[in-house]
Amino acid sequence: MNQVGTGITREWRRFTPRERAGRSAVYVATVLAVVVSIRSIEIIPEFLRDTPDQIADLFVRMWPVDWGFLVGAAVGTMIETIHIATLGTLTTLVLALPLGVLAARNIVTNPAVRFGAKLLLVASRSVNSLVWALFFVAVFGPGALAGTVAITFRSIGFVGKLLGEALEEAAPGPVEAMLAVGAPWPSVFLKGYWPQVKPAFYSILLLRWDINVRESSVLGLVGAGGIGLVLDSAINVFQWRAVAAVLVLILAVVLLAEVAVTWLRKRIM
Amino acid sequence: MDALTRRALGEMPFPSGWGDRLRWLGERQGGRVAAILVVGYAVYASLALGFTPARFWAGLTHGGVFLRRLFPPDFATRWSDIQYDMLESVEIAILASVLGIAVSLPMGLLGARNLMPAWITWPVRGIVSVCRSFHPVIVGIVFVKAIGFGPLAGVLTLAVASVGFIGKLFTEAVEEISLKQVEAVRATGASFSNVLIFGVLPQVSARFVGFSTYQLDSNLRNSTILGIVGAGGIGGTLFAAFQRFDYNIVCAIVIVIVGLIMVGEVVSEQIRKLFQ
Repeated sequence: MNQVGTGITREWRRFTPRERAGRSAVYVATVLAVVVSIRSIEIIPEFLRDTPDQIADLFVRMWPVDWGFLVGAAVGTMIETIHIATLGTLTTLVLALPLGVLAARNIVTNPAVRFGAKLLLVASRSVNSLVWALFFVAVFGPGALAGTVAITFRSIGFVGKLLGEALEEAAPGPVEAMLAVGAPWPSVFLKGYWPQVKPAFYSILLLRWDINVRESSVLGLVGAGGIGLVLDSAINVFQWRAVAAVLVLILAVVLLAEVAVTWLRKRIM
Repeated sequence: MDALTRRALGEMPFPSGWGDRLRWLGERQGGRVAAILVVGYAVYASLALGFTPARFWAGLTHGGVFLRRLFPPDFATRWSDIQYDMLESVEIAILASVLGIAVSLPMGLLGARNLMPAWITWPVRGIVSVCRSFHPVIVGIVFVKAIGFGPLAGVLTLAVASVGFIGKLFTEAVEEISLKQVEAVRATGASFSNVLIFGVLPQVSARFVGFSTYQLDSNLRNSTILGIVGAGGIGGTLFAAFQRFDYNIVCAIVIVIVGLIMVGEVVSEQIRKLFQ
């Protein structure tokens, strides 16, 4: 029978009613949250009004940039900052690998072990590197050691989580083939899983190194080494021209790191 | 055919002289050479930073004492402060995300090289990458000095960070769109704004929501530390507790922060799923 033109009108909708209700709920909740936040947050209108003037004034005081300050104090601590970021990332490489493997569903069948590994990774991620740095300054005393360990502890969660996800996405074919010929577990991992996730792992590590360079530039504020200490002391005595020099140095190093990481990741992937 | 096979077949001489030797190292032993360089660097950098095993072991014993002083967490003593500051952190994160998202939507479109001429994209991309380059704490210091202590500095700081992050990813997403739909809309004689609304935005809106929720998450994390430099939120109370060696209170605050961040992660995950 021909159904065309029998008068059945059907309304087509792209989303299910549940999806639409959910989305509307998100919109309403966002608006509510913003309204409540604006009403209850302590913002002083006078401060808000002269913000542009104040920022312009700050830039005027930063000019001309005190380049001599860079040679004297900043470059040495910048190198220390890069060491902290790099060493922290290298230590992460050693520690995140086993945790990432333990968190992968297709490798570890025991849910208790997996849960434990995931809990450690989440805990590592949820505490900011500055808070980790505060902890390790209390443990190791002020200095670069505290900063390096803090960077490591923050990075483990990031690298481990992404590595675990990469392992879970690995194709089961090569692994099954290895198992079928009776290969022992280390061989299965090294020849079945590792070649599949190796590019992703190094790429994640490089990405984290890039982030760590940024983060280690502020660790000095809590006494954990690096250029942050120089920045903090220059700000405390209102040497704005020196502050500008340090900021330019940080900007240059961060941009260079980003370019280097982009180039390396393209070669790896 | 790789170099080794060609050498074995006699098509290529085996290494002789330093140039050949280096090339051989690079071709066949690249991984091993890289590993040795990395280990060498690690030793050099550890020495440069003055790490010694003695310091490390001393630290571990301190660590034991420190851990014992952290527990049990003391929620009661400063509960009203913790509550108020946590709320402030959440509010900073929400307002900063909304402000940052509102600014990065146009910035992301202006930075896309397939939509805009080079004289617009380059400055916009430059601004976005400067926003991204500085850690929020550094931006926070500058804002606190410029406009005074309080949550306003925190909101502006995290808004800057949001523009740096969403602006970049959104630009990349817009550059990856299919131009066929854009052409189709343009062929109907649509104005530029209609091309944007009907040709470009529908292709990237889901990803934009994804970036925004990630950023909300990230802002929540960062709003808990901005207080260290006086930009509002729980960080100030946390830092003060550290400086007074009130480690039980420190422990309580960190537990509350971790709990909040985990809730935030779940919520943003749900929102992302809803808009996929």
